[in-house]
Amino acid sequence: MTTDFPILSILLWLPIAGALVVLVAGKLAPISVRWLALFFATVVFALSVPLWTGFNPGTAGMQFVENLPWISTFNVHYHLGVDGISMPLILLNTFMTVLVVIAGWEVIQYKIAQYMAAFLIMEGLINGVFSSLDSLLFYVLWEAMLIPMFLIIGIWGGPRRVYATIKFFLYTFFGSVLMLVAIIYMYVKTGSYDILVFQHTSFGMTAQLLIFLAFLVAFAVKVPMWPVHTWLPDAHVEAPTGGSVILAAILLKMGAYGFLRFSLPIAPDASRMLMWLIIGLSLVAIIYIGFVAIAQTDMKKLVAYSSIAHMGFVTLGIFIVLLIFQKTASTDGTVMGVEGGLVQMISHGFVSGALFLCVGVLYDRLHTRDIKAYGGVINLMPAFAFFLVLFAMANVGLPGTSGFVGEWMVILTSMKADFWIAFGAAFTLFLGAAYTLWMVKRVLYGPVGNSNVSGMKDIGKREFIVLGLCAIPVIVIGVWPAPLLNVMHATVSNLVHQVVQSKL
Amino acid sequence: MTQSMPAIFLLIVLAPLAAAVVSGIFMRFIPRSAAHWVTILGVGLSFALSAYVLWQMLFAGMGSMNVTVYDWAMVGNVQFQVGFLVDRLTALMITVVSFVSLMVHIYTIGYMADDPGYKRFFSYISLFTFSMLMLVMANNFLQLFFGWEAVGLVSYLLIGFWYTRPTAIYANLKAFLVNRVGDFGFLLGIALVLMYTGSLNYGDVFSHAPQLAGQTIQLFPGVAWAVPTVICLLLFVGAMGKSAQVPLHVWLPDSMEGPTPISALIHAATMVTAGIFMVARMSPLFELSNTALSVVMVIGAITAMFMGLVGIVQNDIKRVIAYSTLSQLGYMATALGASAYAVSIFHLMTHAFFKALLFLGAGSVIIAMHHEQDMRHMGGLRKHMPITYATFIVGSLALIAFPGFSGFFSKDTIIEAVHESQRAGSGFAYWCVLLGAFVTALYTFRMLFLTFHGKPRYVIEQNHGQPADTGHAHMQPGHLPHAPKESPWVVTAPLILLAIPSLIIGWPLIEPLLYGNFFAGSIYVSPAHHVMQSLAAHFHGSGSMVLESIASPTLWVALSGVLVAWLFYIFRPTWPEKTAKALNPIYQLLLHKFYFDELYALLIAGGARGLGMLLWRFGDEKIIDGGLVNGSANAVGRLARILRRSQSGYLYHYAFAMIIGLCLLLGWLILR
Repeated sequence: MTTDFPILSILLWLPIAGALVVLVAGKLAPISVRWLALFFATVVFALSVPLWTGFNPGTAGMQFVENLPWISTFNVHYHLGVDGISMPLILLNTFMTVLVVIAGWEVIQYKIAQYMAAFLIMEGLINGVFSSLDSLLFYVLWEAMLIPMFLIIGIWGGPRRVYATIKFFLYTFFGSVLMLVAIIYMYVKTGSYDILVFQHTSFGMTAQLLIFLAFLVAFAVKVPMWPVHTWLPDAHVEAPTGGSVILAAILLKMGAYGFLRFSLPIAPDASRMLMWLIIGLSLVAIIYIGFVAIAQTDMKKLVAYSSIAHMGFVTLGIFIVLLIFQKTASTDGTVMGVEGGLVQMISHGFVSGALFLCVGVLYDRLHTRDIKAYGGVINLMPAFAFFLVLFAMANVGLPGTSGFVGEWMVILTSMKADFWIAFGAAFTLFLGAAYTLWMVKRVLYGPVGNSNVSGMKDIGKREFIVLGLCAIPVIVIGVWPAPLLNVMHATVSNLVHQVVQSKL
Repeated sequence: MTQSMPAIFLLIVLAPLAAAVVSGIFMRFIPRSAAHWVTILGVGLSFALSAYVLWQMLFAGMGSMNVTVYDWAMVGNVQFQVGFLVDRLTALMITVVSFVSLMVHIYTIGYMADDPGYKRFFSYISLFTFSMLMLVMANNFLQLFFGWEAVGLVSYLLIGFWYTRPTAIYANLKAFLVNRVGDFGFLLGIALVLMYTGSLNYGDVFSHAPQLAGQTIQLFPGVAWAVPTVICLLLFVGAMGKSAQVPLHVWLPDSMEGPTPISALIHAATMVTAGIFMVARMSPLFELSNTALSVVMVIGAITAMFMGLVGIVQNDIKRVIAYSTLSQLGYMATALGASAYAVSIFHLMTHAFFKALLFLGAGSVIIAMHHEQDMRHMGGLRKHMPITYATFIVGSLALIAFPGFSGFFSKDTIIEAVHESQRAGSGFAYWCVLLGAFVTALYTFRMLFLTFHGKPRYVIEQNHGQPADTGHAHMQPGHLPHAPKESPWVVTAPLILLAIPSLIIGWPLIEPLLYGNFFAGSIYVSPAHHVMQSLAAHFHGSGSMVLESIASPTLWVALSGVLVAWLFYIFRPTWPEKTAKALNPIYQLLLHKFYFDELYALLIAGGARGLGMLLWRFGDEKIIDGGLVNGSANAVGRLARILRRSQSGYLYHYAFAMIIGLCLLLGWLILR
């Protein structure tokens, strides 16, 4: 579907233009510029809603397509479009940005305009990443997006922010350089940078393997997968609350998105050959990282490790499809794995974002993330306790919350592949509950922990609105995931059929 | 009539939910009385409609109904739905659940009168009622799992209701985690069901069940296991968690940290029976596997016998009843294992009434004793609390299966059913449940005698100046500001209303429920497993069953338990201490509940934390960060330092390197 209204371009450029306006206005009115940022974030979110309402769930093709030549010498195009995989991610992004702007309202007192502008720029770039269909455009946006995040952690971050930013930057940059090599290689072979052209080109096995591995490094760092995950806890700990929210809710999804957009359709045979690697690493993420999360004493680190474990379900759900096909020679029941992974991505966006916001609420009051510094918070902050327990339960994967849907679908699907894979994945039932609820117990429950806690005030209106806005999708998706799944069906089943066909 | 039924079903589950939302979310805006009125009305409506549905099924010929409410999701060719399957099994369950819940709601007005969390409490118990109704009314595994986890959540919230008590928040976390271990198996079982039948709707699964019979699955290379056995064992692991069977029973005694009305509703009458209900509901699957049923029977028998033994040495009145609940759940599981599902459900029902009665009675005692739960500080209360005492006697007699009381009809039949069963393990199970009857009578009457008989072991401090409602917090154990008195009518009325079914419900129901066609279509029993038919051959009506009991060993075993209790706690009150000394190893073993808690704390809780710490400090920080990440950064740094030396800038260094290089090149050319 091609519309005359360039909605994707607007979603890409309007936040960036808005950021520039905010920066300029910041010189004149450094405080009230927050309203301007909120205005832009809200308008962008409102403009992204037609993506959902105008989306045609009946087709696997790209929709809202825009295609203009960009650098004609190298056949680079400004080519945008979304399908059932990327569209929900864009909405997640525009939604979370609004929350982040509100969440930073009174908390950020230093360089407010720059802070808001950084998030708006990042919003635009991420929208671009999820909608670009030209690999060079994708690469440029993918790398550009590191800059605002680098600044957010580096300027508004905690005491060890320099170590964290460099680790974060080098890790992710190192990964993406190999991706660039792969993209250029494919351009040389096909004469195009178009992702859809890549997807329909038959590469040989060696080429596929190299392409797959090059992309794997880039995406595995982003997801992050064990053992290239250690940048994430450090980055989260040092990032300001808003940075953590966007990092967990959106940036992590880019890795999994990359697998779906590049690795699987472009190198299906290599994917099938190396699926054991990914499945194995996913299980390591679920079990190993689950245990590591139990041992955490810092709330942000705990949520960060929990994120890694939850992302293990995403990669497991995506790659389990290949194993099922290999075992049964049929695609029956495989769609559920990918869709489970996708729902897990969306859900994790809301849930982990909300958990980081909750940690932020506590941090704003006592200026520590150490679990031991709290205790008995519920006595003073009952409304906050309600939200924290709700999001904790969503993190645990309780039915009726969004956290359940993805895990349920992925575990059910894994059983088709192998009993022991499902067995390993099901460890999350115990581990997730153990690390999440143990934290809740130590922070919320019990007698008031110390004199600092006894001075804590319950959440105000602003915090209530932010957490409330997170709670709505968490419950709606949990109670009725059908609308979300319906937009994915056509795209996912097309993808599944694409990846089980050999290109050799 | 049938047209309006879907709306009625919806109303049955949504009324308590709406009430929970009103009293919970709008807690700040409504007065206390509104919180209890709205929830009582919600649950009352549920009960009235449930009773109406049961009535329609029994007397108006309504058949079972399968109603879809909405499509939760549709993925590939798998349909996940939310819907209701209401047959006689369900109708019976929802009536029992909503009735006990209603009693507990009313009782709570009195019990929680002084509690600051009054409205929150009503919100939780209504939410629980919603969850439990969703569980028993489900027509598919998804909704079953939803209800299963939702009751677990509310149980978690209610055990930790007094969240400032360290023991309460330890107990609720423990309860949730132990249940999650059970859910681990349960979820895998559900996944296997989907894999082998292609659906999660009960109707499709059960009609597909016979085809599972011959199939095998290799979990370990070379070992083929029957698919139904694997599925049923995994599902039963879930039931072991929820229905607290050994070795996943450890959470239930600790759950007594919650307020007493909750112990009655959730941890005795309803939620803990979810596992029993589930196995009965899955009878078409369980009937395919003798192995699984044997396991169910043996686990149940072990729970029935050994958890009862622990009950003998407890001093906390609620913990005695909690171990009694464990033991009775064991009886129910044993009956399931004998393919006597109907008997198990019958016992579930009678137990719901008399156990809720006992717990609420214990709660009434606790109110009178100013929140003292230790029976060593009670005694002689029968003079002060006649209604509580009388109803407590009814509950106790029902519990020990005294002929004519409701528990007699169900429990006696369980023992008979196990006796009739030919399944592997039934011999062991029979002795367990038979001796269990002695143990039951012993701990029940020990509790009754310690609490209501003998001389008072508490002290009344007349000169304590505090008013009664705030005084108890400052009192020493066993010290009361004034003499104990009977509880208000909101407490005693539910006791009386529960005492009535505990007394009489067995008489009219045993024949239709067990030997009639009541559960036809809901519970499937393979014709090869004819325990029920053999029992039916001996059955000649409720009256003759009561008369014949004089000739059965069960009655005499139970009466000897009562006799021993009388000897030890009325006739010679010094004997218990002497016996404990004489049999100290056994006493210690029982006092430590067979050391399950210690073992789990060491292995599982300690193990998980230790492993987490090891993987984090060693795996993540030492190897990955220290070795790979910072290590490669350092390696690059070191390499750069070395390479930098080669760029010395001295001409003779470069000339020397060129000559060496030339020599090597020439050497290689000559020698190759």
